[in-house]
Amino acid sequence: MVESQNLPAAAGGVELVDYAEATRRYDPVIGIEVHVELGTLTKMFCPAEVSFGAGPNTQVTPVSLGLPGALPVVNGKAVEYAIRIGLALNCQIAETCRFARKNYFYPDVPKNFQTSQYDEPIAHDGWIDVELEDGTVHRVEIERAHMEEDAGKNTHVGGAAGRIHGAEYSLVDYNRAGIPLVEIVTRPITGMGDRAPEVARAYVQTLRDIFRALDVSEARMERGNVRADVNLSLRPTAEDPLGTRTETKNVNSFRSVERAVRYEVSRQAAVLDAGGTVTQETRHWHEDTGITTSGRPKSDAEDYRYFPEPDLVPVAPPREWVEEIRSGLPELPVARRRRLQGEWGYADAEMRDVVNAGALDLVEATVAAGTSPAGARKWWMGELARRAKQDELELGDLNVTPAQIAQLQGLVDSGRLNDKLARQVLDGVLAGEGDPELVVAARGLEIVSDDGALLVAIDEALAAQPDVVAKVRGGNLGPVGAIIGAVMKATRGQADAGRVRELVLERIG
Amino acid sequence: MSDLTRLSAAELAARLGAGDVSSVEVTQAHLDRIDQVDESVHAFLHVSSEDALATARDVDARRASGDELHPLAGVPVAVKDVVVTKGMPTTAGSRILEGWVPPYDATLVERIRGAGLPILGKTNMDEFAMGSSTEHSAYGNTRNPWDLDRIPGGSGGGSAAAVAAFEAPLAIGTDTGGSIRQPGAVTGTVGVKPTYGGVSRYGLIAMASSLDQAGPVTRTVLDSALLHELVGGHDPRDSTSIREKVPALVAAARKGAAGDLAGVRVGVVRELSGDGYQHGVSARFSESLELLRGLGADVVEVSCPHFEYALGAYYLIMPSEASSNLAKFDGMRFGLRVEPEDGPATAERVMAATRGAGFGDEVKRRIILGTYALSAGYYDAYYGSAQKVRTLIQRDFATAFDQADVLVSPTAPTTAFRFGEKLDDPLAMYLNDVATIPANLAGVPGMSVPAGLSDDGLPVGFQVLAPAKADDRLYRVGGALEAALENSWGGPLLDRAPVLPTTEQKG
Repeated sequence: MVESQNLPAAAGGVELVDYAEATRRYDPVIGIEVHVELGTLTKMFCPAEVSFGAGPNTQVTPVSLGLPGALPVVNGKAVEYAIRIGLALNCQIAETCRFARKNYFYPDVPKNFQTSQYDEPIAHDGWIDVELEDGTVHRVEIERAHMEEDAGKNTHVGGAAGRIHGAEYSLVDYNRAGIPLVEIVTRPITGMGDRAPEVARAYVQTLRDIFRALDVSEARMERGNVRADVNLSLRPTAEDPLGTRTETKNVNSFRSVERAVRYEVSRQAAVLDAGGTVTQETRHWHEDTGITTSGRPKSDAEDYRYFPEPDLVPVAPPREWVEEIRSGLPELPVARRRRLQGEWGYADAEMRDVVNAGALDLVEATVAAGTSPAGARKWWMGELARRAKQDELELGDLNVTPAQIAQLQGLVDSGRLNDKLARQVLDGVLAGEGDPELVVAARGLEIVSDDGALLVAIDEALAAQPDVVAKVRGGNLGPVGAIIGAVMKATRGQADAGRVRELVLERIG
Repeated sequence: MSDLTRLSAAELAARLGAGDVSSVEVTQAHLDRIDQVDESVHAFLHVSSEDALATARDVDARRASGDELHPLAGVPVAVKDVVVTKGMPTTAGSRILEGWVPPYDATLVERIRGAGLPILGKTNMDEFAMGSSTEHSAYGNTRNPWDLDRIPGGSGGGSAAAVAAFEAPLAIGTDTGGSIRQPGAVTGTVGVKPTYGGVSRYGLIAMASSLDQAGPVTRTVLDSALLHELVGGHDPRDSTSIREKVPALVAAARKGAAGDLAGVRVGVVRELSGDGYQHGVSARFSESLELLRGLGADVVEVSCPHFEYALGAYYLIMPSEASSNLAKFDGMRFGLRVEPEDGPATAERVMAATRGAGFGDEVKRRIILGTYALSAGYYDAYYGSAQKVRTLIQRDFATAFDQADVLVSPTAPTTAFRFGEKLDDPLAMYLNDVATIPANLAGVPGMSVPAGLSDDGLPVGFQVLAPAKADDRLYRVGGALEAALENSWGGPLLDRAPVLPTTEQKG
């Protein structure tokens, strides 16, 4: 069957159980921890600038390098962003909360402790509805969302595949150290059955969309702005207690989230089928082979010796501020999609296509600029989608704005352009020749509506084809098309064919 | 020219202001003094002659061109080596930071430099401020100017000894459990631990974040007030920094020196006396109380029943925080780096080798204590309980300050002990701080004022404690006591200190 063909190669002697088979025998339960890097101008606890792609160790201060004597100060903007996220996830916002130190030695953690939140997160007890591709909605409960700082980035040089084992030496870049993160932890997500992979993917995707809508992060998966750890366990039925879970770390694309869940379901089912027990451990996700491998067992888990961060005072966001933030929250993606679909009258499938093509904002802006919803969809999902695909670009990266598309459609609607001419005008716009009006003027593409110019062309055509004139005068209107064709050719397609026909018949009259 | 090093900072400031003397002369006089006596005292780990003289020249030039200067401009100062100084080595008394030159200044150093005080150098201390004798310095003992065979107190023995030996008129110390006040007591100098949050901790190499506080070390109460006002006040880089303005400390010191304490309620803490307090210490304390009474103070006895548990709580909270604060010393980014003698040089093994070689015994002892106290399963019993005790001690203070405006006690139970006497008995060493620790746990300010000499001829300290943010009360009472005592002695206590052996001046 299909699933077995798609199964990744078994690793480490593990025979995988066919996915469909596994979900018939077991009820998967997942829990997801998502880390999002906040798009603040500066770091969580110091004024070091944050921007992508800067040279190694250029965005550092004594604080983010963990130099002796340095002290943290909480970034107020990061707190605001964390509250925004908490509110968007329907969480309670703590009246007061604290940072804690998570102590462990690792070179990418400059102080050898991470400043995080432990037993007092800023946001807790929320939920979010996740919509699957077929429109099914699954509610995911949020346990907490807390603030913390990112670690630096290790590069292992020499040895195999950039891994630490066998490396000759390692380099550490502390630019990322101290970038504010919010970690969002779900409660166990149950009742998904065989749709667990889809729910996991849709959940992470929904969060990504929310982060963008809230403008708290660029939320670019490929840059690691959003990172997911996926916990998964199996149990015989939904009535049984939760099974032993594994935690698959750093699953950093939507597709990988789906694949990792699928793989772990198949792998754990195989372990259980063989009468074994699942080891509670962290697992590494391998993007290339699509498998997870054993990391360190949780029984060896470090004792992080959490204690309240004595260098910081509690964060106590005033209630008025929280309400101010709440009232300023933008419409969230799901609600917005529903509203726009209603306003535009799109069918479910049409709306899904627009969303999946990443055209929602573009269509909305085009409609706002005066184009009908149908017209806007026709452009973005038709001609523009074709060109984007041809040039391997995202729709949004095409060199044309919604306002320009609206202007172009306006020219068609007013009869100044036909579809063919409009496509030529689009060529000009995409080539950077300016707004459609400018392209029309510069390329001389407008429909010729000056009867005088047309009559000159018609008279020439009639003179060139006296036989046709005779036939028409004899009552046979069939050959009139040949005259119209000649006129259209002479005007390089810029004549209004209907008007030409009227004039030709008048002339022959 | 009279010996400039014998003058107080206030007197120096007055002469500098009047143009009677230049900052270069004052600074050079102190550098010369360091040259003469520091071979025997060893108060300094680093002497920054050039830097100090450059500042002095700059101040002199600015004064000559009529610039408005800070009252202390041109008066030199010594800084405890736990405070980071840009371009000047900072070791915190540890091998692990040997040769490290910080790329930034602590906030208090910025303020000192901004006001034009030449920095003479960095003073010796117990490693990472852990100790009460400065014997735990990785760079040798500082000797007590009163008796070179005895400890100068700790951890800030260097700052106290520098001031007591007239090597500097002013010094900066830090006090986590008494490291400013106890050295002050045993060297016959004044030391003030401000209210927690009163002086920025930005740039102080942390031992215990919730307890550490920097403050002045001087020979007079007024000098402490001048330096305290300079370095104190809000700093946005320290989240625990107090936002309110520092109270008027200089004015309070002057008011106190005028001698009127009518209506001031002085509370004697019952629990900080009796067994364990040396006879001469108790005797000088009682005499000081009598003087305060004579100035019109209303002396009452107060009880702080939970002070009994302060030392225990302190030795859980302090090592817990220290174990985490000292984790950054790992050989990865700065300071000492030691590779393991055999086997692979993995990051973890380099960290272990570096820490093994770079930290001294007392530091290791406290890291182990703290790591244990914070461990899963022990946290509630140790760190959690200690925090509860801390709350009880804060309540004791609150109750006591309902009955008294200031609380008083001997600063330390004994005078300076001999080198090695308590080095192998950590508990005996820790007991030295029994009277100073409660203030750190509660965050309240404290001052040690010289109260005379004990039966052994060594200085005794009188401790004044005030409610948080009422540091001015320390200065008023301390200033009054100092004036009354000096009046009874016929001069400052340090006039009675022995003459130090000097190295012949070079050139």
